[in-house]
Amino acid sequence: MYSKTVEIGVGVFVAMGLAALLMLAMKVSNLAELTAADGYQVTARFDNIGGLKVRAPVTMSGVRVGRVTQIDFDDSTYEAVVRFSIDPRYMRIPLDTSASIYTAGLLGEQYIGLEAGGDENFLADGDEITLTQSAIVLEQVIGQFLYSKAAEGGS
Amino acid sequence: MIEVLRRFGRTGLRFFERLGRGNIFFLHVLAGVPALVLRPTLVIAQTWSVGVRSLIITVVSGTFVGMVLGLQGYNTLVDFGAEESLGVVVALSLVRELGPVVSALLFAGRAGSALTAEIGLMKATEQLDGMEMMAVDPLRRVVAPRFMAGVISMPLLAAMFSAVGVLGGYFVGVGLLGVDEGAFWSQMQSKVDVYEDILNGVIKSLVFGVVVTWIAVFEGYDTVPTSEGVSAATTRTVVHSSLAVLGLDFVLTALMFN
Repeated sequence: MYSKTVEIGVGVFVAMGLAALLMLAMKVSNLAELTAADGYQVTARFDNIGGLKVRAPVTMSGVRVGRVTQIDFDDSTYEAVVRFSIDPRYMRIPLDTSASIYTAGLLGEQYIGLEAGGDENFLADGDEITLTQSAIVLEQVIGQFLYSKAAEGGS
Repeated sequence: MIEVLRRFGRTGLRFFERLGRGNIFFLHVLAGVPALVLRPTLVIAQTWSVGVRSLIITVVSGTFVGMVLGLQGYNTLVDFGAEESLGVVVALSLVRELGPVVSALLFAGRAGSALTAEIGLMKATEQLDGMEMMAVDPLRRVVAPRFMAGVISMPLLAAMFSAVGVLGGYFVGVGLLGVDEGAFWSQMQSKVDVYEDILNGVIKSLVFGVVVTWIAVFEGYDTVPTSEGVSAATTRTVVHSSLAVLGLDFVLTALMFN
């Protein structure tokens, strides 16, 4: 009887250890390509997505309404194609909504902000948002600033 | 003056003698490991006392270490507006360092000392000699299963430590301090690499398991067979294996994450 308890205990122990390893591999590290895509999928094309990552939040008025599920690069138009899923609770998002990429805080991660438009029709699964604004890349902004300063100084 | 030199030399010679004995002992134990495949019940019974009974202390400490990491990391990161990186901070420090190291220290205290005391007492009460009289090799019958059980248990305990630590950090960060859940996991997943971080952590804990269990069974087997001897051996196990874990951790980190 004792040995049976012991064997079961050891079996559970080893199973828990392996489960912990599996959790570390799937949930903590980059192994998992799990796309638990509940909600409807919408795509948007950006010239530059900066440091946007899969699973980054999609917000409206600062409230999270969805998640980025996939990021691709279209080599015919040279644009980034971002696919995100929106919570099915928010079905009434106008079709002409615009999407921009913002940064949370100075060093924070990047997320997509949606601005509602005025269209009577609403976004549905597979729709594409056409009004997009790229991420602000700090180097470009600094470059432009230096260039304009230099132009001022030269005149 | 000569006396001092002599004492110095004697200490040195003893040290190397012991080190050599330890290494020969290690090879003997390794030679006994393959035969264990025929008698897995021995290993299972030892895994119970070495691994399963260290589970609670490991899991509880892991949770609290993760929670503290979450709290401290948040307080530091919030100054930079980068509290979304909390998941990365918690996961990387646990998987790379704290998981293997702290669980190895706990393992040395909880299981290593028990192993030493058990084997040392067996020696002090002449059970090991009795086995030899019956033509049972105590290295194979007593030491090898315990060694194997320690080597099996350590990586599993370290993995559980890291896993519950991450959950503890998640609980504090997302549950109490309001870090965004998706950012917590997504930044973690984008920064933590399976091979670079998690596999190296597992290798680390495996090395620690070998070293800690080796020290524990050797100290027990090599003890002076008196009650003072067993008590001194138990103390040495904890001190030496903790030092070995911390020293080796530096070497392994330098090799792995360079």
